[in-house]
Amino acid sequence: MPTFNLKINNQNHSVEVDEDTPLLWVLRDHLNLLGTKYGCGIGQCGACTVHIDGVATRSCLLQVQFAKDVEITTIEGLSEKGEHPVQIAWKEIDVPQCGYCQAGQIMTVSAFLNKNPKPNTSEIRNAMNGNICRCASYNSIEEAVKVAADKLNH
Amino acid sequence: MENKQNSTFSRRSFLKTSALASGGMLIGFNLFNACKSEVKLPIDLSKLNYNDFNAYIKISPEGKVTIFSPNPEIGQGVKTSMPMLIAEELDVLWEDVFVVQGKLDTKNYNRQIAGGSGSIRASWKPLRETGATAKQMLINAAAAKWGVPASECSAKAGVITNANGDKLGYGDVVLEAATLEVPENVTLKDPKDFTIIGKGKLNVDVDKIITGKPLFGLDYKEEGMLYASIIRPPAFGQILESFDATQAKALPGVVDVITIGTKIRDYENSGKQNWTLVTSNSDKVVVIAKTTWDAFKGIKAIKTTWKEDSQLESTEDHDKVLFDLLDGDKFETRRSDGDVKKAFSEADKVIERTYEAPFLPHNTLEPMNFFAHVTNEKVRLIGNMQTPAAAAKMVSEVLERPIEEVSAEITRMGGGFGRRLYNDFVMEAAEIADAIRKPIKMVSSREADMTTGVYRPCVKYRFTASIKNGKLTGYHLKGAGVNASIPTPMANYFPAGAIENYQVDAATYKSNITTGAWRAPVTHFLASAEQSFFNVLAEELQIDHVQLYLDLLENLKDVNDKRMKFDPKRMEDVIKLVVDKSHWGKTKPDVYQGFSAYFSHNTHVAEVAEIVLENGLPVVKKVTCAIDCGIVVNPLGAMNQAKGGVIDGVGHAMYADFSIKNGKPQSNNFNTYQLIRMAQTPKVDVHFVQNNIAPTGLGEPTLPPVGGAIANAIYQATGARLTKQPYMANLGITEELKV
Repeated sequence: MPTFNLKINNQNHSVEVDEDTPLLWVLRDHLNLLGTKYGCGIGQCGACTVHIDGVATRSCLLQVQFAKDVEITTIEGLSEKGEHPVQIAWKEIDVPQCGYCQAGQIMTVSAFLNKNPKPNTSEIRNAMNGNICRCASYNSIEEAVKVAADKLNH
Repeated sequence: MENKQNSTFSRRSFLKTSALASGGMLIGFNLFNACKSEVKLPIDLSKLNYNDFNAYIKISPEGKVTIFSPNPEIGQGVKTSMPMLIAEELDVLWEDVFVVQGKLDTKNYNRQIAGGSGSIRASWKPLRETGATAKQMLINAAAAKWGVPASECSAKAGVITNANGDKLGYGDVVLEAATLEVPENVTLKDPKDFTIIGKGKLNVDVDKIITGKPLFGLDYKEEGMLYASIIRPPAFGQILESFDATQAKALPGVVDVITIGTKIRDYENSGKQNWTLVTSNSDKVVVIAKTTWDAFKGIKAIKTTWKEDSQLESTEDHDKVLFDLLDGDKFETRRSDGDVKKAFSEADKVIERTYEAPFLPHNTLEPMNFFAHVTNEKVRLIGNMQTPAAAAKMVSEVLERPIEEVSAEITRMGGGFGRRLYNDFVMEAAEIADAIRKPIKMVSSREADMTTGVYRPCVKYRFTASIKNGKLTGYHLKGAGVNASIPTPMANYFPAGAIENYQVDAATYKSNITTGAWRAPVTHFLASAEQSFFNVLAEELQIDHVQLYLDLLENLKDVNDKRMKFDPKRMEDVIKLVVDKSHWGKTKPDVYQGFSAYFSHNTHVAEVAEIVLENGLPVVKKVTCAIDCGIVVNPLGAMNQAKGGVIDGVGHAMYADFSIKNGKPQSNNFNTYQLIRMAQTPKVDVHFVQNNIAPTGLGEPTLPPVGGAIANAIYQATGARLTKQPYMANLGITEELKV
């Protein structure tokens, strides 16, 4: 079985897995990074979203063989102590209900706001459309994205 | 030290503590662990001699408080709101409270269930009594220390004060308090003195959720744990004939391939029953592997053949059989007042409509999964369960192990919506663990989760009403459902009693498709259908829908009928509130409104939906929602539940479709099954009635009314009367998935 060297949250990890293993399962089952969630396995729900070189990416579709030589960031590495403006906004608005999708939501938002720091409502609604929240916390997510954008711009 | 102290407390006080309505209370103490954040699962509660007592509360000598939240947390917020009830009466600072999920303990906790919007309603008094009793014991201990009467002492925010102004913290007297007699009659606070209840408190797990800490069933791991994934019959009505696992067993990550099913069949054949067991009677093929991905790959490498065991049913069969039932006479009558037939025969006009809804999967975002470890000594169950007591009992009976050997720990759940009331997945994990005797985690793929579900039954409701001299004189509801029926309590809902001739009849078709409770059982569609029909009636009577509802409520105000569980005055008040807040009837020309109100799972709710037409298609822009759930325990959590319930209701009414062909579900993932997404989401404007009435729940109540409100708004906009969900499919439109 091949060995892959991965750079995740600024740390180097070496894993021995089949090359077609999705990054999601490498994170969860091999590296104990359990914040990245499994929801659908086909890139439809966004629960598994991580950053690859800063770009929001579905880790359930990304085979480990294509995750070499890139910077991978998971929810565990987004900030040291949960103090990223998006995380603070999520707490301020008390967004989570069951909470299962929220790591993916936060990873999508944080990458989106890097590209578009002052989004309007319609841009937010489109940017977040790939992340399902089964508890339907969508109103709160929308509000929290605006709060996070304000924080990033000040 | 703990054990000694606790056992002393136990012998002296246990009988008295059990006499409390809640089952009792315990003040334990723990020098080192009380305030530390639990990072590892499972939570080790063994040091507390937990099973000897009812452990709701621990207080450390530093005054920090740990409160055990008894009920399963599925996103409905009880892990925050139930401890708030205890903390309020215990009178501590919420900031000093650390909440831990209690594990299954049938001896000491009552009703450890997440379902029926019942947790807060059932625990409102007992949990407050638990807190108040502990507070009184702490006061009594301080009074004894000071040598003054307890009546001269008071406690607030974790500090006891006497008449001289001397102060002692709860932590200073906790050891003494734990040895005292348990007071029997404690006084509960007047709601005006509440400092925690009614104040918005953040989800107690919010820090862990936003930083990705392992919390959920799927996150639970143990040393040496293996993963298991299951092949179940692809169609309802099929059972396993044979399989070939040669290729799968050759995969490096696959440890073994086994079958399960005989133990569950033996159990069922023995005549035993457990309402939470809803599953196929087939053998199932299980891949045991080193990782989840290895297990999923193993499954794909197995060749299976299936044979027909019972009829392979299709949605079109169900449509026919349900219409035949509605047209026929095989009904059970749930309520009959006056004579509807006579009313119809004497009427100026008789109006009839039939409303239809499909099967729905729950689609919890965290797919079904469960941990089990079976050894000669014990059976350990850890994971997502809405009914842990029923799960433990069933596992004990199926595996023929004494219940004392079975332990069950509840993890935070990535959604429930009713799916985790059913313990098929717990039983599967237990049967696998029993066979291989190693710790295992059973994980379903999304596809397996969606196609081997316990679905919301598909149903059809036919309403007939008669009008004579401008008044409603008769009202007849007939319901027909696949494994489903209108329960009697719902036959006594509005408008029962308000119309002289009234009848509700129910008929059921028994199917091999597994069905069960889904968020707001029965009412999730019955309310939509009923309030869509009332909109038709209002038009026929040429009055406003709201006015028709209020007029009928007027007929109920003097009715004294024990069967009527709702309060017409409270219903009237939420309707008036929603009319006011939504500016009912006063919107801009291109905005169309629809109204609906329902007594939803013991909470009074009224809603107004607003739609606009974009490219000729209806888009739900806003829903105004007025709620009377009595005292709002946690306004932040309540707002989340209310908004989430509305949007969940909008999504399923508009988009969710799930059909069966030859026994096989036709959708298996979110590319073919549409859940509502942000761009389709209305703004939800929620208003609570302020009163001091004992609270009811909020997990379900805002969902049922919204479908009718949308249908009625769409009628205003387009003139189309939608009677079949999902509405978008019924418009003849397939909306492109915007991903």
